[in-house]
Amino acid sequence: MSYLELLKLAAPEAIVVVIALAVLTVGLTSTRAKALCPIVAAIGTAVAIGAVLMLPPHANLFGGMLVISPLNSLFKIICLVLALVTVPLASSEKSLRNPGEYIAVLLLGAVGLMLLVGSEEFLMIFIGLELLGLSLYVMAAFDKSDVRSAEAGLKYFLFGSTASAFTLFGISFVYGMAGTTALAAIGQKLAAGPVQPLLAVGIVMTLIGFAFKIAAAPFHLWAPDAYQGAPIPSAAFIASGSKVASFVVLGKIVLIGFAPARGSADWHAMLAGWSPMLAVLAALSILLGNFVALAQANVRRLLAYSAVAHGGYTLLGIIAGGRDGFSATLFYTSIYAVTLVGAFAVVGVVRRESGGDDLQNFAGLAGRSPLLAASMSIFLLSLAGLPPLAGFFGKFYLFSAAFRAGGNHGLLWLVALALFGSFVSLYYYLIVLKVIFVDQRSSSTPQPDQSNAGAARTSDFNVSTSLDLFSRITVTVLAAAVLFLGLMPQTLAARILASLP
Amino acid sequence: MIAWTIYVTFAGAIVLLVLPRVFARWLALLTAIAGFAIGVATFCQHDVDLAHFRTVVRVPWVPALGMNYHLALDGISLTLVLVTGIAAISAVLFSWDVTDRANEFFFWLLLVVGGSYGVFLSADLFLLFLFYELVIVPKYFLIAIFGSTNKEYGAMKLTLYSFFGGALVFLGIIAIYVTGGSLDLNQLAQFQFTPQLQSWAFPILFLGFAVLAGIWPLHTWAPTGHVAAPTAGSMLLAGIVMKLGAYAGLRVAMNLFPQGFQMWRTTIAVLAVVGIVYAAAVALRQRDLKFVIGYSSVSHMGFVLLGFATANVFGVSGAVLQMFSHGVIGALLFAVAGRMIYRRTRTRELDALSGMNLSRALPFAAFTFVVASAASMGIPGFSGFAAEITILIGAWKSYPLAVWITGAGMVLVAAFTLRALKRSFFDVDLANTAAAPPEMEPITIPEKLGAGLLMFATLAVGLYPKLLLDRIQPAVEAMRFLK
Repeated sequence: MSYLELLKLAAPEAIVVVIALAVLTVGLTSTRAKALCPIVAAIGTAVAIGAVLMLPPHANLFGGMLVISPLNSLFKIICLVLALVTVPLASSEKSLRNPGEYIAVLLLGAVGLMLLVGSEEFLMIFIGLELLGLSLYVMAAFDKSDVRSAEAGLKYFLFGSTASAFTLFGISFVYGMAGTTALAAIGQKLAAGPVQPLLAVGIVMTLIGFAFKIAAAPFHLWAPDAYQGAPIPSAAFIASGSKVASFVVLGKIVLIGFAPARGSADWHAMLAGWSPMLAVLAALSILLGNFVALAQANVRRLLAYSAVAHGGYTLLGIIAGGRDGFSATLFYTSIYAVTLVGAFAVVGVVRRESGGDDLQNFAGLAGRSPLLAASMSIFLLSLAGLPPLAGFFGKFYLFSAAFRAGGNHGLLWLVALALFGSFVSLYYYLIVLKVIFVDQRSSSTPQPDQSNAGAARTSDFNVSTSLDLFSRITVTVLAAAVLFLGLMPQTLAARILASLP
Repeated sequence: MIAWTIYVTFAGAIVLLVLPRVFARWLALLTAIAGFAIGVATFCQHDVDLAHFRTVVRVPWVPALGMNYHLALDGISLTLVLVTGIAAISAVLFSWDVTDRANEFFFWLLLVVGGSYGVFLSADLFLLFLFYELVIVPKYFLIAIFGSTNKEYGAMKLTLYSFFGGALVFLGIIAIYVTGGSLDLNQLAQFQFTPQLQSWAFPILFLGFAVLAGIWPLHTWAPTGHVAAPTAGSMLLAGIVMKLGAYAGLRVAMNLFPQGFQMWRTTIAVLAVVGIVYAAAVALRQRDLKFVIGYSSVSHMGFVLLGFATANVFGVSGAVLQMFSHGVIGALLFAVAGRMIYRRTRTRELDALSGMNLSRALPFAAFTFVVASAASMGIPGFSGFAAEITILIGAWKSYPLAVWITGAGMVLVAAFTLRALKRSFFDVDLANTAAAPPEMEPITIPEKLGAGLLMFATLAVGLYPKLLLDRIQPAVEAMRFLK
């Protein structure tokens, strides 16, 4: 294995790192060059996507540390696309004083995502997790003018580092029992004998770390504050890219590495293993996320709690297992990520226009900006799972996979719970839409609320509207994508199915 | 060709979004007429096989999961396509005066219509469910933005009830898909589901659909929703949307799970009869004219469910005919109450209306309301009679007791209809006959056209029910639960 070959196979990651450094340099050179940063980042990401496409279909380096497979390549592309659509949001956000630094950190986070997705070995996964985590902590706390941003960053950091410690602790147990850190090898070792208590501890600890990443209840406590306080692009990236990569890795870990310790989550035949544990997490997330979201008056908090619930739905596919279940999970988490970036982009524009992101700030949005209102309704109705949007197909795929799994429809209880949850969720999504379409903006509210510390757009109002152009274009593109994936789910679903062995 | 009803309607809806506001209502009218015309043209073709659910279009959609874009047509679908077209045209005509956010209004309206066409023509379970759920959100906006009395509450209640039904249906569809291994309704109709699955999947699926058909005791969304909705909204709700649930219950739940249906049909009959009598009794006590009509809708839809429960050709054909009939009559009643009366008097309170001497102020409205009431009561010569008598003949074979109770219920229907008729139009103060009738804006031409179309439809079918029954009966005979 020569270094040249390694570089060839790790070219996409290398390109993104180089671009991150380039963006950092550009951002430092002069104030005028700042506008160039997003463009450089966008071009670089596009080049990286091209590099992923050039990769050979299969390769496996260092016992799983860097695995190139159709699945990994597909999700590297999806992660890069998510980073790509987050960049224009960052360029519109005026509260980020140093766009160069911010975008560089964002790109480093993207490298973390790619490492996470592209590796089937515990050490590398952990490194990816940490690289991603550190970038996200910084991104969450980036807005120095807003105390909420600092709160978001600190909370996310404290919870995140504790969860990482759990994961590392768990990995060490698994390594101790199996004698290897490669997932495939662990799977073979575990299949040889019965599951020992120490191993169970290791598995549980490892999964807790991931439950934190995907904000599954009861490890979701950081999410509402991070989603609400962090700058909009950071929140969007935390909610999208980080989640997609976590689900990919979680799926691989449990379905490849811990496959023998699966247990059963069937209603009549519960068996100890990771699947009942995930089933309990999923059920808790669905119930708690949906019910708490009902009471939220802030759209970002509402999205956070709904994210908890969606994490629960997405887990269903992994619990169901198999090719069908895993591909349903991957499809759902991908479209969810696209939808949520879009929703956050709309929140960002509204926040800059009206000075906040509470429900009443959305009042009369349909009159002010029909395009934004239409896009937001596409995003929210897709989250609620209404046709002809991507979320509808995603739910159908996910729930039918879960229904099929297990003996004698043993997961029926989870499917029924998830359907009940999505029934509840329609109420709060509709409330947001009601505010947008039905309520009129009260005339007493002043136009931009200057006292809001987060929206530091005291300067020229026109500048911010022209900057918003990028955000608006992104919103439109994402809304079109959600609609397209709802009408033609084949385009993504078939690719995911084909990439799974 | 019938598939174009869907395309034309959705295309019209999308074009509406970009068109200037002055053209909105014209385009909406044109779209609705085009949809209806396509339905009528198919109706007049003699070489179409309406006895079987024949494929019209079939294109692979998501081959990986076995989903097809698959449309089909038989006599039942065609009947409901026709009533959708009629209700759509008259709904547009009766919202001719909508000027505030008119494009948006007609956009939502056409989405409801297009989605309904889709449900009636789908031969793929996933596609059917997609169209079925597609109708939910436009209804919400139609009511919440453009409605009256307590509109946000009514809209939310209706939407949540629909979506609750949708969640039940979702579960049932997943069960069908996973065990039957297909989504094609014609293929699934050949598949033998295990009795154990049928026994629990049938009630879930049927109840989910029946929520939208206003089955007692899950009917409460209907009166509040109808009252809150704008006139066109109530017309579509009563005329089409309630039929979606009944149609899907017949096409999916009953046809795919014949054994489950046999197990549960007595329960359905009981709920239907309770619904008929209960809703009629409640209607008798209402003060708001729209509430009276809203409960009468629930009562009439009870007949549809009773017809289904009979499980014989007469009952089920009558139920389908009743869907058509109530679609027309319900729309007509709401048009009079919501548009002809409410737009001019600004009240729907029967007490307030009774002093207004409306029969002299609005003679055309009075005439229309008399026709609609007569049709609603089931006077021979109108479609309501033809449909209800067919259902009752069918019911006599299966549940004689139900016929007795329903017969008593029909007296209640006549009572509340006559009461509403008298209080709203004919409460003439004899001591004061010389007083001039109150000045009111005369009935406009679009209103007359819309009312004329609906009255013509109910009379035509009432005088010559064979027109539809000849097409419905063969299709019903082909259904599996009859064999």
